[in-house]
Amino acid sequence: MAQTKRDLLIDPLVDNNPITLQVLGICSALAVTSSLEVSMVMALAVTAVTGFSSMFISVLRNQIPGSIRIIVQMVIIASLVIIVDQVLKAYAYEVSKTLSVFVGLIITNCIVMGRAEAFAMKNPPIDSFVDGVGNGLGYGALLLTVGFIRELFGAGTLFGFTILPTVNNGGWYVPNGMLLLPPSAFFIIGLLIWAVRSWKPGQVEEREYKIQVVEGH
Amino acid sequence: MEGLLSLAVKAIFVENLALSFFLGMCTFIAVSKKISTALGLGISVMLVQAITVPTNNLLLSYLLAPGALAWAGFPDVDLTFLGLICYIGVIAAMVQILEMVLDKFFPPLYNALGVFLPLITVNCAILGGSLFMVERDYNFAEATTYGLAGGFGWALAITAMAGVREKLKYSDIPDGLQGLGITFITAGLMALAFMSFSGVKL
Repeated sequence: MAQTKRDLLIDPLVDNNPITLQVLGICSALAVTSSLEVSMVMALAVTAVTGFSSMFISVLRNQIPGSIRIIVQMVIIASLVIIVDQVLKAYAYEVSKTLSVFVGLIITNCIVMGRAEAFAMKNPPIDSFVDGVGNGLGYGALLLTVGFIRELFGAGTLFGFTILPTVNNGGWYVPNGMLLLPPSAFFIIGLLIWAVRSWKPGQVEEREYKIQVVEGH
Repeated sequence: MEGLLSLAVKAIFVENLALSFFLGMCTFIAVSKKISTALGLGISVMLVQAITVPTNNLLLSYLLAPGALAWAGFPDVDLTFLGLICYIGVIAAMVQILEMVLDKFFPPLYNALGVFLPLITVNCAILGGSLFMVERDYNFAEATTYGLAGGFGWALAITAMAGVREKLKYSDIPDGLQGLGITFITAGLMALAFMSFSGVKL
């Protein structure tokens, strides 16, 4: 492994982002981003689970028989998610209510499984932990961007504080209600992917069909 | 009966698992390139959903919920915190059993659906269905209806998406949007269309 720990941490942020390039863990990215606070809690929860699950799986990687590895990984991840769930219920009850089932769904978040399978099964614990945290942060970065856009332009607030005073409260800003609705997350992520790929053209996908201009008619 | 029917309509259209809760998005995006595969996956999800949601409902009401262990002489035990790990265990086991049963008794069906079954364990739509069932306190009949209808809604969404994408691949899309980007935007438009069902009551 020629990658340094710094690369492992930084790489997933843009160059190899779990959402825009690896297409992992989209479900929760869309559903929980209607406000910034919730996005941040979710990002932290996922980072913690990915980091620690990668580390534990990597510690056990030489003991896990190949045929039942998925179940073993599942049990480790599910236990970590239960811990996160209980912590959230104890210290951030309101947010955990808003997140509702999506905390539980971290178990089936493909980022966690994907990193466990692709990286932690082949690498030592410390590297795996850093890789897990890096991917969690890459996921978190996208989540926060989407959450920021949706909360600022959808409700005129950030973390619940008013930034753009809305018309209803005597201000000037007419909030874009659609941004608070679920479909807007699709558009924002689609456009973000467009932005990232224009910046790094190496990520552009091959066309299945080339459009040819036929000359001489 | 009417309650169940309206629950089914709600689960299929208004609260479509894929398009309004974004569950199972990873597979929704990854496996929606061809109608035939999308349909196969959709049917498998419906099948697994219809089995696991009622099973988890039984598990919840007879083992995990506060006071559920009264029949075994432990009226004060509350095991709800073990819920997540139990549900995912049930799902993994059910998928495995379903795979074996299909392989043994319905080989043609197994050949058609076999490749998708392992994928389904980590499909959030399945776990999501069970978690919504817990959160909304469904009884057994409601859980069965919800599982079936939720799975059907998901199948409907992914098949429609595959139909759109089959046509879409011939169009001239800007380079950066090619593939994933345009798929997201299409899904967004579909979600908007499904929102028009909100408020429909039977």
